[in-house]
Amino acid sequence: MQSDVDNKTEAMLPLDDNPKFDFSSTSISRSEPGSAALEIKGSMFTLPVLRLQSVDLALIAEDLSQRLAQHLRFFKHAPVVIELDHLDDQASVLDLPALCVLLRQVHLVPVGVRQASPEQAEAAIAAGLAVLKGGSSATPRSASSLPSSQEKTTTAPSNVEMAAPKPVALPAKVISQPVRSGQKIYARGGDLVVLAAVNAGAEVIADGNIHIYAPLRGRALAGVLGDNSASIFTQSMEAELVAVAGNYQVFEDGSAKDIYSRAVRIFLDGTHIKIIPLGQ
Amino acid sequence: MSKVVVVTSGKGGVGKTTTSASFATGLAIRGHKTAVIDFDVGLRNLDLIMGCERRVVYDFVNVINGEASLKQALIRDKAHNNLFILPASQTRDKDAFTIEGVGKVIDELRESFDYIICDSPAGIEKGAMMALYFADEALIVTNPEVSSVRDSDRILGLLGAKSKRAEEDLEPIKEHLVVTRYSASRVETGEMLTIEDIQELLGIDLLAVIPESGAVLHASNAGVPVVRDEVSNSGQAYQDLVSRFLGEDLPMRFLDTKKKSFLKRLFGT
Repeated sequence: MQSDVDNKTEAMLPLDDNPKFDFSSTSISRSEPGSAALEIKGSMFTLPVLRLQSVDLALIAEDLSQRLAQHLRFFKHAPVVIELDHLDDQASVLDLPALCVLLRQVHLVPVGVRQASPEQAEAAIAAGLAVLKGGSSATPRSASSLPSSQEKTTTAPSNVEMAAPKPVALPAKVISQPVRSGQKIYARGGDLVVLAAVNAGAEVIADGNIHIYAPLRGRALAGVLGDNSASIFTQSMEAELVAVAGNYQVFEDGSAKDIYSRAVRIFLDGTHIKIIPLGQ
Repeated sequence: MSKVVVVTSGKGGVGKTTTSASFATGLAIRGHKTAVIDFDVGLRNLDLIMGCERRVVYDFVNVINGEASLKQALIRDKAHNNLFILPASQTRDKDAFTIEGVGKVIDELRESFDYIICDSPAGIEKGAMMALYFADEALIVTNPEVSSVRDSDRILGLLGAKSKRAEEDLEPIKEHLVVTRYSASRVETGEMLTIEDIQELLGIDLLAVIPESGAVLHASNAGVPVVRDEVSNSGQAYQDLVSRFLGEDLPMRFLDTKKKSFLKRLFGT
């Protein structure tokens, strides 16, 4: 019997050492009567998913504590979603309130369940958990049974597999039309290849590298989920702004004369953007 | 097969309505049955430039709302009996436009016209989006300056994303670049972008360059599309535009400042 916790990217927020809810997007105003006390906004978060494959709380507790010891900093007070669809017929036996208590004891914050049957959903609501819709597993069930060379598993039969986000190479997104002013292209989870110009006022974004085989006149943001090793390549550097892993540089008139309209690679040197001509 | 052509630019004051009027008139002169629609609700100008403002009874919005038939609203041009104008409403607002309503009018026009020219308002609001939605081809009107080129780039992006052809994944709208208010002397002094600059920035085929000319203003005030002014550079450039649009291969004219000598003008070069 196995259960594993895997960290799937449900959203495009950068992973944080200590993921927490972002209250900064909720503005509270209580100045004038009649004005709204709050604003409701949508926001996306990256949440670890606890994929249960056992209902035995003792087993879960044992493996959780082992796994968490390795990733203590990352998972301390982390909100987690409990995924139920791998339990099959045992699901009805699961004691959700007890599981919540157990999770809180190891400093996890259960926030919801997903893949819940109607009965489970009812139980979850009673236990004060949210029922999350959709978001079926990106990694199919077979993925967890693949020989995991990446994880150094303990010798004891493992009930909980604590996986760091697995780097999965997705095919690059290829754009062959010009990216025009006001357009925004995002390559989720991989590289972006643009075969035509990225014009002023346009924005190209990728989780990985960005390759532009034409002039870059607009904005390019590589490694937006925090990949420090991401680069931007362009045939002709005329950008308004470039950014790698959140570190950005803007180009006002004349600030980049030595590399202007040259073929360059843009990458991160520490926390500084570095731009070097290609072919040298 | 009828064709819907939108004349658009993003930026205002670049010469969309002038181009629409001359383009439509030019097509009519070549014998094509043509309708030109003013999408600029609330700020209608096309009827002035076409010289029919006093004959406007019903307008585009009346037709969409079923208050008048298309036949009642279409105004026949005085000089060309195969040219019709569908004026915009001066008093309504653009909320009258719906895809269904506009689509119905366009479909009805397609039945009896060779070309339907949609004169877009400036901006990227509803009127402009409606004008480009049904287009098969587009004339992108640009002045040789950066803000106009930037706005045209924006409109090209919208043509590729928000038009019917884009939404239904059909063959993309055919885009033509029309550079207006071009002044060769100001290009030489670096005040204006060159044609090459504009083409490189926008990356679409050049259909015509219309030189800056007093004839355009004069023609607008007189209510006669400048294409009918055969003496002026602008009039000739619009005639070239129509010819090229219809498939003729003509060299670009009026691109440089070199004044030809009297003899050269007389005998050609």
